Amino acid sequence: MGLLDKQFEKSNVLVTSLDSLLNWARLSSLYQMQFGLACCAIEMMAASASNFDMMRFGVIPRATPRQVDVMIVSGTVTLKMASRIKRLYDQMPEPRYVLSMGSCSNCGGPYWEHGYHVLKGVDRVIPVDVYIPGCPPRPEALIEGLMKLQEKVRNESMAKKHA
Amino acid sequence: MTFQEISESLQKKFGEAVLLVKADAAVDPFIVVAPQSICDIALFLRDDKAMQIDSLSCLSGVDRKGTLEVVYHLASMTLKHKLVLKVSVPTDRPEVPSIESVWKTANWHEREAYDLFGVMFTGHPDLRRILLPYDWEGYPLRKDYEVPEFYNGMRVPY
Ligand code: SF4
Repeated sequence: MGLLDKQFEKSNVLVTSLDSLLNWARLSSLYQMQFGLACCAIEMMAASASNFDMMRFGVIPRATPRQVDVMIVSGTVTLKMASRIKRLYDQMPEPRYVLSMGSCSNCGGPYWEHGYHVLKGVDRVIPVDVYIPGCPPRPEALIEGLMKLQEKVRNESMAKKHA
Repeated sequence: MTFQEISESLQKKFGEAVLLVKADAAVDPFIVVAPQSICDIALFLRDDKAMQIDSLSCLSGVDRKGTLEVVYHLASMTLKHKLVLKVSVPTDRPEVPSIESVWKTANWHEREAYDLFGVMFTGHPDLRRILLPYDWEGYPLRKDYEVPEFYNGMRVPY
């Protein structure tokens, strides 16, 4: 616990208004890591394209983990990929969020039983904020997941550390 | 050329090395040949004027419990005929000569068969795993494969 944290342990006017400013800024510019893993990535691309246009929520794909806020794990996480995902996650600056998109990255999906090469849920290597069910989830579902994440960001406060 | 003509000329040229000619197979008629002469047969099929089999469409592995089989699907673009060759080796000594020098396509196909079935292609220039990580243990498409409990500290079963 730092001095600042102690000082502002109880939210006062300053903290809450700064909170809402920072949270508003964060939730309206959730830069996304530009990578896709399997069939779900196609839906993620559709969600980024003009019909669904995720960019209107400030979700802009960036090609480096250093510049992103949210990692959308879209697709099958193989064991070979899992260590790479872990490393990419470690390279993201905080605060960082993870959206797990589709059954595969939630729990192994269709490979849950015979997929000797599939990690049964990306949450075995990195913490996940929002799970989006579906195989694949429609772009609407992805956007709903994003709304859920925005809700989470909106309720954060620097006085109490986010989970 | 028809399957019969091809098989007859192979039998005439290689005699003993042609182990079985199955013309009434359920899907494609095939020829089983001895593993040690697969290279010579492949070269002959490619270079003979009447065969001109210039492409290897597919190379697959099959685990028959006790023996491993390698299946070559061949085709001639020029003469428009097809052929299926098979070789079969014991699982405890799965050595098949590589035909990479005959058809370059075989390079990655053989690496895949090695990766998933553990068929050792002798004479292959670069026999490494192609799909799985290099530190993977075992050959997953074999019938007796056991899924590992952990891989690099990650739990594998559901
Ligand atoms: S959840 Fe379904 S659609 Fe998504 S990556 Fe897995 S198999 Fe493909």
